[in-house]
Amino acid sequence: MTEIPEHLRKRAEAARAKAAESAAEPAAAAPAGDAPAADPRIPAHLLERSRSAKANKEGAAAGAATSGGGVAVAEKVGAVVAAGAAAGGVPIGAGPGGHTQRLLTVVKSGSIQDVKAEPIDKVHTWPHLLAVEFVAALLCTAFLFVFSIFVNAPLLGLANINQTPNPSKAPWYFLGLQELLTMFHPMVAGVTIPGMGLILLVLAPYIDKNPSNKPEDRKFAFSIMTVHLMFWAVLVIIGSFFRGPGFNFTLPWRDGLFFDF
Amino acid sequence: MAKILEQTPRPTLKERAAKLQDQVQGSQAWSSIFRPGSIFRKGYTDSPRNRSYVIMNSVLYHLHPVKVKRHAVKVSYTLCLGGLSFFLFILLTVTGIFLMFFYRPTTAQAWQDIQSLQTSVTFGLLVRNMHRWGAHMMVLTVFLHMARVFYHGAYKPPREFNWVIGVMLLQLTLLLSFTGYLLPWDQLALWAVTVGTNMMGYTPVLGPKVRFVLLGGSEIGGNTLLRWYVLHVLMLPFVIVIFMALHFWRVRKDGGISGPL
Repeated sequence: MTEIPEHLRKRAEAARAKAAESAAEPAAAAPAGDAPAADPRIPAHLLERSRSAKANKEGAAAGAATSGGGVAVAEKVGAVVAAGAAAGGVPIGAGPGGHTQRLLTVVKSGSIQDVKAEPIDKVHTWPHLLAVEFVAALLCTAFLFVFSIFVNAPLLGLANINQTPNPSKAPWYFLGLQELLTMFHPMVAGVTIPGMGLILLVLAPYIDKNPSNKPEDRKFAFSIMTVHLMFWAVLVIIGSFFRGPGFNFTLPWRDGLFFDF
Repeated sequence: MAKILEQTPRPTLKERAAKLQDQVQGSQAWSSIFRPGSIFRKGYTDSPRNRSYVIMNSVLYHLHPVKVKRHAVKVSYTLCLGGLSFFLFILLTVTGIFLMFFYRPTTAQAWQDIQSLQTSVTFGLLVRNMHRWGAHMMVLTVFLHMARVFYHGAYKPPREFNWVIGVMLLQLTLLLSFTGYLLPWDQLALWAVTVGTNMMGYTPVLGPKVRFVLLGGSEIGGNTLLRWYVLHVLMLPFVIVIFMALHFWRVRKDGGISGPL
């Protein structure tokens, strides 16, 4: 069972008492006072209600003219109670205009309900995604398989710590670093530059606060990343193909390749 | 005589095939073998419910949600790079396990084992080739996956931390590849790793100590080979699997892959 708020209950009680108080008076007065104006087909209590509503409307309009919205409502309620009491015959708890229900407030959807779930266009993972994945995996395997049939992995002579090959190269993904070694102090080339690059890479989402993911809004991020990627790609390519004996610059089409995967 | 021949033309190949199919599928043997429920207890009929069950009832497919955004299944959006990286990891695990049967990580035997693997083990050369090229390919796909994610702005909230995990995965991939590089114990392996670890030694404070621990001495030798073997076949895969689990889990928790541009 719902609990009725204290002030509403009191108000209802007061209204009920006033109604009971005036109930005897109209019962006697109505037939005499209102008889000439009344249409016999309209029940007396309805006629009474509409009359009180009219009077109330006029009163409310006057009240609204003198004060603000919130206060006007309060006055209206008071006026209704007063008018109802004076006119009598109004049902207990009736609102402005003699209505038995009253609009307390309008709650717009979205102000208290947080509507998060917008309908998203979704498809079933099976078969839509799994089929694509299966084909991709199959193609990847096929490519690797065929490539491995025709190209053998390098296996040079047994490791010999006393015989340094010329040039000595790191695995290809570290050749950018090795290339930097030719330009900077090892501490800078091997630690500072890659370290900074890596830290910036990790922190990218925390540095880039731009919420948009549209390319046209992200020109700066795009250019920075592209320059960064190109920087490493160029260094790796130079280190892989354009460095010969003594890690000196060579041209692969002139001196041949000094590179093993 | 000629008329009769014209009236009954010889059945075409298609008609014969259809007739044969009817005969086979109408035979008692066929209908008893392929009776519904005989091989697969429950047949598969294509319905939204069954499409969901395919994903829900499989431990492997269960990595996926039952439904994905429509744009997420477009190959042109992801280029399958993340999935292919994972697939290559599985492929490398399988081929790697095969290689482990024939390999001993000691300076006396490592190179000999690779040599005899290539010459006297059935499919030994092929599997070794696949392992090596697959490893290089994985470095490439992981790298390209990172570039793809960056250019789509997919590291933006709520996916910032998954980007951080992704950068860790990139580094782990490089480390896995680098530790594997030494294992054939040929001149290429020895000197590539020498160049790589020398660079590491320039890191201030910790560099020389980390290098000493990783090499199991001040120079590359038998200890290094054993350590890098354990790192390569056990420790780094263990760590990368944990990070991959986190990565995939976060992809789903952060609302699937990022939206279209």
